[in-house]
Amino acid sequence: MAGSSVSVDLSQAMITAPVALGDWLVVAPSLITILGGALCLMLRKNTDLQPKLGIGFLALLVVANLALLIRVLDQGVITMVMGSWLPPFGIAFTVDSLGVTLSLIGSIVAFCGGVFGAATVDSTGRRYGFYPFLLLLMTGVCGAFLTGDIFNLYVWFEVLLISSYGLLVLGNDRIQLDGAVKYGVLNLIGTNLFLIATGMLYGIFGTLNMADLAMKVAALENPASGTLATVAALYFLAFAMKAAAFPVNFWLPASYHTPNVVVSAVFAGLLTKVGVYALIRIFVLILPASRGYMADVIALVAIATLLTGAIGALAQSEVRRLLGYVVIAGIGSMLAGVAVGSTLAVSGAIFYAVHSIIVMTALYFAAGIMNMMGGSYDLRQLGGLYQKSAAFAAVFLVLGFAVSGLPPFSGFWPKVILVDAAFADGRAWLGAAILFSGFLTTLAMGRVWIFAFWRGGPEGTADGETVAVTGETGTQLSGAAVWLPLGILTALVVYFGLQPEWMLELSTQGASGIVEPLGYLRSVFGGQG
Amino acid sequence: MESGVVILIGLFFTVAVYLMLSKQLVRILLGIAILGNAVNMLIFTNGRLTREVPPLIPDHLYAPETATANPLPQALVLTAIVISFSFFAFLLVLAFRAYQELGTDEVNEMRIAEPEHDQTPPQGY
Repeated sequence: MAGSSVSVDLSQAMITAPVALGDWLVVAPSLITILGGALCLMLRKNTDLQPKLGIGFLALLVVANLALLIRVLDQGVITMVMGSWLPPFGIAFTVDSLGVTLSLIGSIVAFCGGVFGAATVDSTGRRYGFYPFLLLLMTGVCGAFLTGDIFNLYVWFEVLLISSYGLLVLGNDRIQLDGAVKYGVLNLIGTNLFLIATGMLYGIFGTLNMADLAMKVAALENPASGTLATVAALYFLAFAMKAAAFPVNFWLPASYHTPNVVVSAVFAGLLTKVGVYALIRIFVLILPASRGYMADVIALVAIATLLTGAIGALAQSEVRRLLGYVVIAGIGSMLAGVAVGSTLAVSGAIFYAVHSIIVMTALYFAAGIMNMMGGSYDLRQLGGLYQKSAAFAAVFLVLGFAVSGLPPFSGFWPKVILVDAAFADGRAWLGAAILFSGFLTTLAMGRVWIFAFWRGGPEGTADGETVAVTGETGTQLSGAAVWLPLGILTALVVYFGLQPEWMLELSTQGASGIVEPLGYLRSVFGGQG
Repeated sequence: MESGVVILIGLFFTVAVYLMLSKQLVRILLGIAILGNAVNMLIFTNGRLTREVPPLIPDHLYAPETATANPLPQALVLTAIVISFSFFAFLLVLAFRAYQELGTDEVNEMRIAEPEHDQTPPQGY
């Protein structure tokens, strides 16, 4: 407890001026989605109005995040403290380039999910709350990306977790209940570990504000020792569980293929990436010394995750389960960036997170369309989709190239940066694992394309013959809102592949902002940071 | 006083881990409930345990005169209790529905999502 001799200027803490209107933008993403979720919940029986409202609020969310990004680029890191309490006493929302970039990309993906859901979620699903859950999920996701308080981060994690439970069991199938049990139990244990670590961190430092924590940890004489090592290990385990890193990844392939495909798509895009974001935020900003101390462990976990994901993808014949393993392989790449920890590597991890959010959602959308066209998710039963829609076959090839990290699509640049950073750090094995995992992913995605699109028909079709596919054709689907989301996301994949400068600059800015957090600290504490 | 509570928390964690390693879903859920309580008590203890010292600050001072319990962890624990309670309620219902649909509460037999003898993808082209 601080001695009473410390002189405090109370007049400084007495803030009576109202919060500037522009600062409300900081909490706008969470407010919009909470309001939208509540409104959709009240109108849940009006199944025709629900998609319009839901998509409208999600579009508003994209606009708010875009405005916030422009403001951050213009003014640097922005902080808003609830109730105008001086930090570190009030709960701070601190928005930097890292958080707002991921929040913007996440909201674009959620918007696409809302549109896709209008075509694939039936009126029962709507009545049981698809749109409210989706909006509240985004409350948690955006809140987690934008908050500057570590206990608040825990609360946002729980908000997104409970909404994801709702989405996961929507429809109440046997297979969903089975998947939800595994997802539910393991994720709850993960958040409990997060809570333990946060409680202990408060016990050591007496503060929960991230900027304050970063300064207090940096001021320690030996910042990697004692209780702090335990805290770091707990955080790593908790967020590795959230991000589905090896060896705590088993809940992901057990559950992600069970719900409606649009739910899988949004989950695959967002949830694991929130875990990776928290890992980056805590290990690079708050506990850099512990990150250095644990770098070898993180690198090993990254390599194991890269290989498990890619090999697991090769062994699957159900497209959605295959994609679940591809998500895991991508998590390995991002962990590699955390393991190296230089500005370059972290910027690679951020860029990879952006790429992975977009491309994994698009691939699940594509899997859903494959099911509508070919009547199955199984590679043995799929075939001949090329004759249904050549354009769709081309789109899938683009996404397959992107997720494997082949040029000229969005997966190429972050992988170049990560491999470069790994070699520069003297971790050639890590770079090699990223490349080898990319190679295996190429094989897995190439196999999907050859079986589902290029082959004339389902398994057993003679070479050179084509069999008429019974599902809907491309033009029949075009009336439904399935092509627009896939189109938007594929366009982004191609755009970030051909014009990577913009995203490179953003991710470099995000990375340098937490590797050398002077701007972040100044934003929270004014000039004294 | 803290050391006694710490030993109790350790016992809680032990029991929770033991129960969560079980194959029966009901026992796993009981383990999760105990884990949640263990975490709550851990945070509570982190804020110092003092008996009958109100955390009041005299008029002319900026900090309490004697060591008092920190009220912030108590607020955090309240939040955490509400959250873990609601999650536990959800998981109980989920487990019951899973038992109704799958006819078992043994996790090894829950193989609907990941069938045991899964066929490999096509080998040739």
